[in-house]
Amino acid sequence: MIKAEQISIFLENRAGRLEEVTRVLGEGGISIRALSLADTSDFGILRLIVSDHEKAKQLLKEHGFTVGRNAVVAVEVSDAPGGLHSVLHLLCGNGINVEYMYAFVHQREESAVIIFRFDRTDQAIELLQQHHIPIIPGDTLYNI
Amino acid sequence: MIFDMDIETLPREELEALQLRRLQRQCDKVYANVSFYRHAFDDAGIKPSDIKSLADLRYLPFTEKQDLRNNYPFGLFAVPKDNVVRIHASSGTTGRATVVGYTQRDIANWANMMARAYTAAGATRRDIIHIAYGYGLFTGGLGAHYGAERLGATTVPVSGGGTRRQAMLLKDFGSTVLCCTPSYSLVLYEAAREAGIDFKDLPLRIGVFGAEPWSDNMRRDIETKMGIKAIDIYGLSEVMGPGVAVECVEAQHGAHIMEDQFLVEVIDPVTKEPLPPGETGELVITTLTKEAQPLIRYRTRDITRLDYTPCCCGRTFARMFRVQGRSDDMLIIRGVNVFPSQIESILLETEGLTPYYQLVVRRDGNLDTLAVHVEVDDKLFSDEIKKLQRLEAKLQKNIKDFLGVTAQVKLVEPRSIQRSEGKAQHVLDLRNE
Repeated sequence: MIKAEQISIFLENRAGRLEEVTRVLGEGGISIRALSLADTSDFGILRLIVSDHEKAKQLLKEHGFTVGRNAVVAVEVSDAPGGLHSVLHLLCGNGINVEYMYAFVHQREESAVIIFRFDRTDQAIELLQQHHIPIIPGDTLYNI
Repeated sequence: MIFDMDIETLPREELEALQLRRLQRQCDKVYANVSFYRHAFDDAGIKPSDIKSLADLRYLPFTEKQDLRNNYPFGLFAVPKDNVVRIHASSGTTGRATVVGYTQRDIANWANMMARAYTAAGATRRDIIHIAYGYGLFTGGLGAHYGAERLGATTVPVSGGGTRRQAMLLKDFGSTVLCCTPSYSLVLYEAAREAGIDFKDLPLRIGVFGAEPWSDNMRRDIETKMGIKAIDIYGLSEVMGPGVAVECVEAQHGAHIMEDQFLVEVIDPVTKEPLPPGETGELVITTLTKEAQPLIRYRTRDITRLDYTPCCCGRTFARMFRVQGRSDDMLIIRGVNVFPSQIESILLETEGLTPYYQLVVRRDGNLDTLAVHVEVDDKLFSDEIKKLQRLEAKLQKNIKDFLGVTAQVKLVEPRSIQRSEGKAQHVLDLRNE
């Protein structure tokens, strides 16, 4: 499965919600691989790549959280100036829109891993593969 | 289907002649037996013998909720207390509860009206009726109960509470009719879903919902989700309880009022002048057959309009349209009149939102502010901020376009809005804090 599953969680802007999420995941023995927190004045969306997304979703729902699931793509980008730019340049030139992106916690050798959410995921994957840009498959990502 | 065929299809002239005879007899009775009414009639300069036509109703004095409170507990009884076989009381949110008494015949009449109501909703003696209205001093539970037994249906007196268990019973008993508040039906639906029960798979086919205002959009939402016909029933404990008016399943367009038992009018709440049919105003009810506690021109504070045109179901009883809210439910936000039910209607029409909402009204300096809190759920939720913001903006725009007031829309977590087992508390007015 070349795509990676990301879970997203709705958080009201009140004390303790974020802490509760991390508590639930921690007690469930789930590791967070990558995360991003987007916020507005009323609410936030916490996006996570975790070691076991099925279990994470189930645990969070049991604790009353609203959880969504989306397919994202983990791209290996050269860890040097211009590395990210060349990938974005390729995508932009082919009309692929990036909804959001964030970096992966764990680095591999001389590359950084960026998590991308695309508007057209399949076309984006095809394009990246055509240009030999490495993609880390979901299963590998969860266990890094 | 019509329970009391002769009465419910009585031609208007005969119905009005019946109403006049009954009105005259009621006036005789209250004048003779209830000191409150004797004084009220004398103050208004009118005697029961002055009532010669239904148009003379306008000369009779009004009765207000405060009058019931002032005569607490049994001051308005028109019969000796020994003849009263039942007492009900409505919760007094401010001050004392209002008490209502019933004779044996009042109870039988009420049960009959409820049987008519179930029949109008499409139910028969072959149905299994699950009653989730509270049993006790509240008229909902026992009113619905006696009516169901009168109909001859299999009656399940569950009362309120124990939501998870209620969902299981709905499934285990194969109930076909559900009676509760519309907001509680959604609570039950949710609980059932969590227990793996889909309402659409149950034999449940009819919902008889009342005790709080609800919109046509909420009805459509309920009917689609649950695979049932959702019928509006109206009543108030002061004049009887549930069963004063009910929608017919044939039209689902206005609730037929039991006009052989209640004489209705709509007045301008400010000038108190009676309004012509079709105009919106406050519903005023005069009981025509109550023995223990008859009421003359009781001001319900419910805002509605009346329709006397013929209905396809064949009943000749006039219809009242959805109560927009009690005149005291209405909020005034920066000078604009807003009913929670209007916001509800817009909410349900705006695609993608759940029906769980709360209006929070605050005062910011000298200006009122209105915030509409809406719960998210899995279907509505998106991982993209902009999609959620667009949803908030859409609702805000719809409210502005329709009501002319700018509300702040805030998405909140599921279950963060308190679920109630009875009437939903849609408004949190923090302006006096």
